[in-house]
Amino acid sequence: MAFELQKLSYAFDALEPYIDAQTMEIHHGKHHAAYTNNLNAAIQGTETEGKTIEEILSNISAQPVAVRNNGGGFYNHNLYWEIMAPQGAKQPEGDLLKVLNESFGSYQNFKEAFTKAALTRFGSGWAWLVKQGDGLVISSTPNQDNPLMDLAEVKGTPVLGVDVWEHAYYLKYQNRRPDYVEAFFNVVNWDEVARRFKG
Amino acid sequence: MSFTLPALPFAIDALEPFISARTLEFHHGKHHQAYVTNLNNLVVGTEFENADMETIIKKADGGIFNNGAQVFNHTFYFEQLSATPATEPSGELKAAIESTFGTLDAFKEAFNKAAVTQFGSGWAWLVKDAAGKLSIVQTSNAGCPVRDGFTPLLTCDVWEHAYYLDKQNLRPAYVADFWKVMDWKVVEGRF
Repeated sequence: MAFELQKLSYAFDALEPYIDAQTMEIHHGKHHAAYTNNLNAAIQGTETEGKTIEEILSNISAQPVAVRNNGGGFYNHNLYWEIMAPQGAKQPEGDLLKVLNESFGSYQNFKEAFTKAALTRFGSGWAWLVKQGDGLVISSTPNQDNPLMDLAEVKGTPVLGVDVWEHAYYLKYQNRRPDYVEAFFNVVNWDEVARRFKG
Repeated sequence: MSFTLPALPFAIDALEPFISARTLEFHHGKHHQAYVTNLNNLVVGTEFENADMETIIKKADGGIFNNGAQVFNHTFYFEQLSATPATEPSGELKAAIESTFGTLDAFKEAFNKAAVTQFGSGWAWLVKDAAGKLSIVQTSNAGCPVRDGFTPLLTCDVWEHAYYLDKQNLRPAYVADFWKVMDWKVVEGRF
């Protein structure tokens, strides 16, 4: 069965004023839709068809570059939409907070390190909070790569990701990526991050 | 020695409606300026403190390369844009393009494909090698053909910041409009 563009669980304008409706509409309806369609086209009629996206990503080094780029784009945006919400926990709590504290010293330290990863990723890419064993680490990847890919420098399960392709923020923030990343923290759905962390 | 931001060789709104004044205000005034400022800050106290641009592009890595090459790439890009461009190559350049690609249209088609398929941030280029042979190359992020020994002749910036305010996800529409302000006279001079 072909991969389908996942519907957003909130309206395009639900993340205003942090992420504007026009950005959401194009990001989801054009960019994410294109990755989804291109992924389907790239695997159609191959033995990859029918595999889960996680299976595909875990052995991505064996795939053509179109599957890497579009499979990553398909998965990454699914995660990105889900870990954001107009409401939901605004701060991590419980087990997730405990492990964040153990891994980074404090929530503030985590936020600073994650922000730094997002700002120093040169060109298009993503910054990630990654579950490795029982702990958490921060990484960033170029373009549409992610920590599930066998070729990623830092491998693990992504539990939080911020898209730092310019298309994620240019209409509202233009060259000011730091303002976008700061705004992003206002719409992180920590309940969903905790759910992914729990596995 | 420190690097300075070259002024645009045209008025900020001169390329309307193909490339907007707003895009150029950010592209030149913010992005290009930031690369210049970052480069000047990063080279302090390094072996590149007094290096020329070619040395930086050929030898530096990391932030110094990224910012240095982006200073060069953007200067190179803006220099070839004009409100009153020569819309076709002539003379020896025209002959070289036709002997390499068949026709000007065939060259443009191949160049457009390189620009549209460069995944993520980057550049499409027409370059000349040491033997004078023309080819089309793509580079990602700050990549610059000078580092690989080529002479760049023409480039199209396909970082999203080059077109997102005007065209959003429609990179092919940006590349089509790019040709309407691309001055072949400048390319001939480089050739």
